[in-house]
Amino acid sequence: MSGHALEEVSPVYGLMAEFETAGQLVAAARKTREAGYKKFDAYSPLPLHELDEAMDLHDNRVGWFTLCGGLTGCTVGFSLCSWVSALAYPLNIGGRQLISIPMFIPVTFECTILFAGLTCAFSMILLNGLPSPYHPVFNWDRFVTASKSKFFLCIEAKDKKYDPEETKAFLAGLGAEEIAEVAQ
Amino acid sequence: MEQPVELASEIKIGPVIDPGLSLAAVSDKISSIVLKRKTTLGWMVGVFIGFILLQGLLTGLTWLLMKGVGVWGLNIPVGWGFAIINFVWWIGIGHAGTLISAILLLLNQSWRNAINRFAEAMTIFAVMCAGIFPIFHTGRPWLAYWLFPYPNTMSMWPQFRSPLLWDVFAVSTYFTISAVFWFIGLVPDFATLRDSAKHRWQAVIYGFLSLGWRGSARHWQRYEKASLLLAGLATPLVVSVHTVVSFDFAVSIVPGWHTTIFPPYFVAGAIYSGFAMVLTLMIPVRSIYSLEGVITMRHINNMAKVTLATGLIVGYGYTMEAFFGWYSANKYEQFMIWNRMTGPYAPFYWALIFCNIITPQFLWSKKIRTNLMAIWIISLIVNVGMWLERFVIVVTSLHRDFLPSSWSMYWPTIWDWAMYIGTIGLFTVLIFLFIRALPMITIFELRMLLPGAKVKEPVAQ
Repeated sequence: MSGHALEEVSPVYGLMAEFETAGQLVAAARKTREAGYKKFDAYSPLPLHELDEAMDLHDNRVGWFTLCGGLTGCTVGFSLCSWVSALAYPLNIGGRQLISIPMFIPVTFECTILFAGLTCAFSMILLNGLPSPYHPVFNWDRFVTASKSKFFLCIEAKDKKYDPEETKAFLAGLGAEEIAEVAQ
Repeated sequence: MEQPVELASEIKIGPVIDPGLSLAAVSDKISSIVLKRKTTLGWMVGVFIGFILLQGLLTGLTWLLMKGVGVWGLNIPVGWGFAIINFVWWIGIGHAGTLISAILLLLNQSWRNAINRFAEAMTIFAVMCAGIFPIFHTGRPWLAYWLFPYPNTMSMWPQFRSPLLWDVFAVSTYFTISAVFWFIGLVPDFATLRDSAKHRWQAVIYGFLSLGWRGSARHWQRYEKASLLLAGLATPLVVSVHTVVSFDFAVSIVPGWHTTIFPPYFVAGAIYSGFAMVLTLMIPVRSIYSLEGVITMRHINNMAKVTLATGLIVGYGYTMEAFFGWYSANKYEQFMIWNRMTGPYAPFYWALIFCNIITPQFLWSKKIRTNLMAIWIISLIVNVGMWLERFVIVVTSLHRDFLPSSWSMYWPTIWDWAMYIGTIGLFTVLIFLFIRALPMITIFELRMLLPGAKVKEPVAQ
């Protein structure tokens, strides 16, 4: 974090609003995006697929990483079988082919799944920036309900359009029940 | 996402979740089982029984390591006894978990949401029990790492053309992917537990496990994508695992094993026994923890239907085995199937037919599918039947070798039984610990079924 020490760090992470229903949050997120805010996030206790569209979220990198992982696993599995059977430990059994493709399929397949699955899980976790032991959103004591029953929207102070008064009024206009400034 | 309340003809099956529950109520209901509920006497008794049975495993393993595999009832020709029977039985039980968590997710069957966590836990514990058997069956389990390809001073490499090696890859991949899938599914629920914790230590432990999950929409988007991909990967995986297990038999040239029907029939049998085990465990847990509003009669009914359907596939498998034994015009095959039906192990074969073909037919009746006690008893019978199936396949195919001079009988010894019962104890203890320490129902997916999860944007937008 020392790299950021010289920059001017605002003591405020952003403004956070609490909503009662999923519908309110989706509508609020859509309007926030339409109002021109870029650095904001919605928080919900369950995945809301409507939010992807409302916030224009389309990160497909997990899929690409998984594909790459799968292809790597496939190559590794098949190469391992072939290298071991043809070069490292060749067994001449009645002159049969050393690289016997059908017999290598199970191991190749399992390696494909193993590599793809692990890449998928780890790329999702890392792209999400997890594990993150600390995050400013947890500074608002009401945020504990974000993992249970309530819906939250946070506009970050880093956003160019952010203005303490205007943004607050904007969030209030979205029908938020509670609004609070969240410390960095 | 909303489930319509379905009134199925004359008997009411009910919805997939009690629609009166709110988001907060569901979160509280499941997390309080872990966080607030006192450890009950029933739980203690359950763990105690499991722990006593587990001693059978520890004693059996100790004696085995002192004396060698000779303490088992194995002989030549029956070199594959309880170790392989139990291995296949346990792996099969595990498969329902993956089916429920992955295949039903891809098929968009939202009723799975209430039972997938439990079924996945069952998968992982069952695979752990399964793994013990082949490792100790190798005779020198401390050298089990020789199964993996790694550069070594002996300049030896594994035989990649052997189904037994495929097993190593299939089962270890299966365990890894199941565990990862399970953990990923737990992350948002760990966050719920962290935020509901009464004590600091609970918040710290669950907070650590939750990886700092905060329910961000950007995270959920990737999370949902990853879940779908993992489900897509786990689906062919579960099919491949039991296919590979069946190859252990089918690739050999032993009459009774050398059959092309083995892979599909093994997979169906695995799902069959797995669903039976889910029912065996779920029915008591549901009433002990009063989860009737979450695990509804619709779940029980659906699981009973899957059990019936897979049971019919298994029945078809048995019929085809017998038919091809005769139709092959191969006298070894013919003798094998005739010996299976009328030979010294005939009672096992007919008990298997009773357990796996006759018993599930009761599930055609909706009255029985909605009678918890009846389903529970049927599920127990199916579990026994599937164990008998593996016994019949392994033992009856081997004990009459090609030459009558090498015929023999196989009877398990007390050490075989000790280990088998011991793994049931291990499984029981793990299930009880899981129920106590982790949310046994996926809370965030349960929320998705509630009316509160339905997105109705305010009109003025």
